[in-house]
Amino acid sequence: MSKIIEGLLYSESHEWVKLDGNVAIVGVTDFAQAEMGDITYVDFPAEEDEFKAGDEFGALESVKASSELYTPVSGRVIAINKDLEDAPEKINEDAFAAWIVKIEMSDKSELTNLLSAAAYSQIIN
Amino acid sequence: MKYYDRLSIELSRPGRKGFGLREAPAGALDCIPAYLRRESAPKLPELSEPDVVRHYTMLSQMNFGVDTGFYPLGSCTMKYNPKINEEAATALEGVHPLQKAHKGAAAVAEGLDKALAEITGMSHFTFQPCAGAHGELTGLMIIKEWHLRRGDTARTKVIVPDSAHGTNPASAAVCGFHVVEVKSTPEGLVDTEVLKSIVGPDVAAIMLTNPNTLGLFEKDIKEIASIVHDCGGLLYYDGANMNPLLGAVRPGDMGFDVMHLNLHKTFSTPHGGGGPGSGPVGVRKGLEEIADSVKVSGFHGNFGVMLRAYAYILSLGRENVPMAGRLATLAANYIKECLKDCYKLPIDTVCKHEFVFDGLLEPNGVSTLDVAKRLLDYGFHAPTIYFPLLFHQAIMIEPTETESLETLDAFIEVMRRIAEEAKEDPELLHTAPHNTPIGRPDETTAARNPILHW
Amino acid sequence: MPGFRYFPCTDGDISRMLDRIGAASLDALYSDVPSEYMRSGGYDLPSAMDEQQVREFFRDLASMDPKLKVLVGQGAYDHYTPSVIPYITSRSEFLTAYTPYQCEISQGTLRYIFEWQSLICELTGMDVSNASMYDGPTAAAEAMRMCVACTRKRNTVVAYSGLLPHVLEVLRTYAKYSGVNLVETWDIAETVAEGTLDLAGVIVPDINRYGVIESHKGLAELVHEMGGLLVEYCDPSALAVLKTPAEWGADIAVGDGQSLGIPLGYGGPYVGFMACKQEYMRKLPGRIVGQTTDAEGRRCFVLTLQAREQHIRRDKATSNICSNESLMALWCTVYLTLMGPDGLRRVNELSCAGAHRLHDALIATGLFEEAVEGPFLKEFVLRPLCEVEKLQKCLADAGYFAALETEEGYVTFCVTEKYDDAELDRVVAVIKEGLL
Repeated sequence: MSKIIEGLLYSESHEWVKLDGNVAIVGVTDFAQAEMGDITYVDFPAEEDEFKAGDEFGALESVKASSELYTPVSGRVIAINKDLEDAPEKINEDAFAAWIVKIEMSDKSELTNLLSAAAYSQIIN
Repeated sequence: MKYYDRLSIELSRPGRKGFGLREAPAGALDCIPAYLRRESAPKLPELSEPDVVRHYTMLSQMNFGVDTGFYPLGSCTMKYNPKINEEAATALEGVHPLQKAHKGAAAVAEGLDKALAEITGMSHFTFQPCAGAHGELTGLMIIKEWHLRRGDTARTKVIVPDSAHGTNPASAAVCGFHVVEVKSTPEGLVDTEVLKSIVGPDVAAIMLTNPNTLGLFEKDIKEIASIVHDCGGLLYYDGANMNPLLGAVRPGDMGFDVMHLNLHKTFSTPHGGGGPGSGPVGVRKGLEEIADSVKVSGFHGNFGVMLRAYAYILSLGRENVPMAGRLATLAANYIKECLKDCYKLPIDTVCKHEFVFDGLLEPNGVSTLDVAKRLLDYGFHAPTIYFPLLFHQAIMIEPTETESLETLDAFIEVMRRIAEEAKEDPELLHTAPHNTPIGRPDETTAARNPILHW
Repeated sequence: MPGFRYFPCTDGDISRMLDRIGAASLDALYSDVPSEYMRSGGYDLPSAMDEQQVREFFRDLASMDPKLKVLVGQGAYDHYTPSVIPYITSRSEFLTAYTPYQCEISQGTLRYIFEWQSLICELTGMDVSNASMYDGPTAAAEAMRMCVACTRKRNTVVAYSGLLPHVLEVLRTYAKYSGVNLVETWDIAETVAEGTLDLAGVIVPDINRYGVIESHKGLAELVHEMGGLLVEYCDPSALAVLKTPAEWGADIAVGDGQSLGIPLGYGGPYVGFMACKQEYMRKLPGRIVGQTTDAEGRRCFVLTLQAREQHIRRDKATSNICSNESLMALWCTVYLTLMGPDGLRRVNELSCAGAHRLHDALIATGLFEEAVEGPFLKEFVLRPLCEVEKLQKCLADAGYFAALETEEGYVTFCVTEKYDDAELDRVVAVIKEGLL
């Protein structure tokens, strides 16, 4: 049974979003990390890159798979989690602690398109 | 096989030499100014000739080839590599690629072109591509050029079935096309209704493997061809699965416009541990000049591989070519029928050169990977696993026409024994292989902290 | 059915198998093929040859043309092949294996590829090498695409017009169809410094098409300042003595391994190499072998970083390449292991001394004059003051392939360690006799 945290927002492509004012902190869900298996590499965007909601912004790699990451909200990347560069296994250890990027949102109204913990729970079950 | 843990550099001793060259005059390199010279010599190993021979012989003994044993690797057509082909391969060893009007080279290119055109029903082949994927890319370039020369610049999409080899979408992307995936029907074939809904004036081509990667013949090929042709697109034939059609069915007759062959599969040239191959591209009438205009490798392609394939065709001749594909198809169906009561056969119908199981019927926690690794213990190479992606536990088996009934029966017996082992002692399979030079490697660490040279 | 030597199944075996399947005939296995597509009329192919006939066919083929000694380079060099190599590469455990998917029974292949990667890193000074490419020109084309992938959104690659002609041709093809803006120029610094391009990369050779060793002083700094990557196309044999791509500051090194003892073979199979700096490792196309351990802690080797590749990434892969030229990489690996640093240096010394001897003697005949300036190693061009066709014919009649004419009307020569002073003096004598 995958872990889901109340109070976060979720995308159908298995990203989670935590809000910090106008900044969206984005990671992948526990369900996604379990599906991937041992994650070996995080392909990050560059800081300052701009994306529209639904754009591919990077990828996770495991030994035998690769999974694209899609940004749940539009905006500009203001930080990437450099800890994951040398230790991608942190996503496997605790997917909700291992954020991947921070995005300064350009349109907060997009948040209404995301899922609640309950709605996301239905998708993965 | 026994484990041997040396790298050449670890055998190196200063002062040892393995080359036989005369002395050079003193100061031979003085004409090259210092600013163009490297600072220190490269750290290459220093070994004597016997050291080198023994080292690589020891390495070879940790390897498994078609000559070692049965190699039922799906979609790879690991047939026997005749030895006379190797003699033929050295015929033009000393000829420089820029030597013009070379009669011998021209005779090979013409003779092989003619033979392949006859076997496939195409008009002409270019031999530039060095591998199957390279052929795909070349074929798509030819297709793109054909559309461009007609002034049709709107064709930006290439349709690829979801069962296709990974190289198909990758080649299309490298050639600057958008890839549109068409889903398979429950019977594992292209869904013609879906196909109809996605064709249009923006479609450059469809790439098809026929039989497809499930080993199933696309029996609606005529309809598929007319759907694609009617919208102005071309049909590309991925020749990776040509072997069952060798001597039986010609892609050109089915309406394909452009195709590649893998000479290292259908035409028996050795795979060499992953190359050199050769991926000649055949085109229908009207595309010959474009095919020859697309320059994708340095000189004339892998000529040595062409010589081997030519020797194979001359050895088989018109008398034996028709048997090759049929016997490959026979072997595949025989294995399938003998194992389908222990392994899950998702699509139970006549197959061509290969077929796909979806894991064990009674897995008991044993995965396809476990089955594959256990096969190594019994002296067989594993089938292709986890491909195609349509099934989670895919085991793709391709036996080829060069295996005896005794070999096929021995393989069947081992596969049945493994199915029994899965019920009785799954742990034995989780930890397999047990009789190989090494056990399962830690691939996660290899990818997280890559060590890529000494 | 009369038996055939590559098909082990007898008529009895075939009947047994058909019975087991429940099929009436071999053709019944093709019941899913529309009958109009079943080839009924046989094939218009030559009749089967027996083994001796095949042998003689290729022997005859080889004797259709006079055997010439080769004094031309232009991307294919007639270096000597140590006798050991074909014996190793024809060991069927290497020859008849496929890509090492099952690493437990492929440690031989995986180890020599790891050695190849290490040797390429030593020669180029780069951090990471892949398991090999089809040939040098396709490796250059992949490098061009890699520049675009590494610099995101940038799409122009500048190629030096002095690259070998066959390299430029393949670059043009790949650029045209994959949508890269390829700019060819004789003045790289000027073209790049203008700053008007969305520069992804620059491709230059270590030795140009005239055989002249190029200096790339300051180029890497300029290219990097403009936001691009520097690619160097190199002759790996010459890298034993020439400044390495890493020393020039290049980001990617590519070239053809043919000069490492692979026979001319009318153009192939050869083998491309491709290496890069650590930071671009994840964008490197092709197979890569890495070191790890098995459950018992034994050192072993596996295909790694596979998430870049087509069988996983499909249309998002770094390249469509699936195989490499593994056996030819083994060829070069054995070559380098036999030659060692001293042997490879000796090859360059002998080639260089021979080339200069021939060059000076040809100038002295008065039939040629200098065409380009700059230091050369084994290959050079001259401006002919004689009739080129006549020159080539008299050389061919004497058993030499030499004085190939370039696009500019120069004639090109190349000397390797295979040709000693006496041989070179004979070449000069032949020319004098034929033209003076």
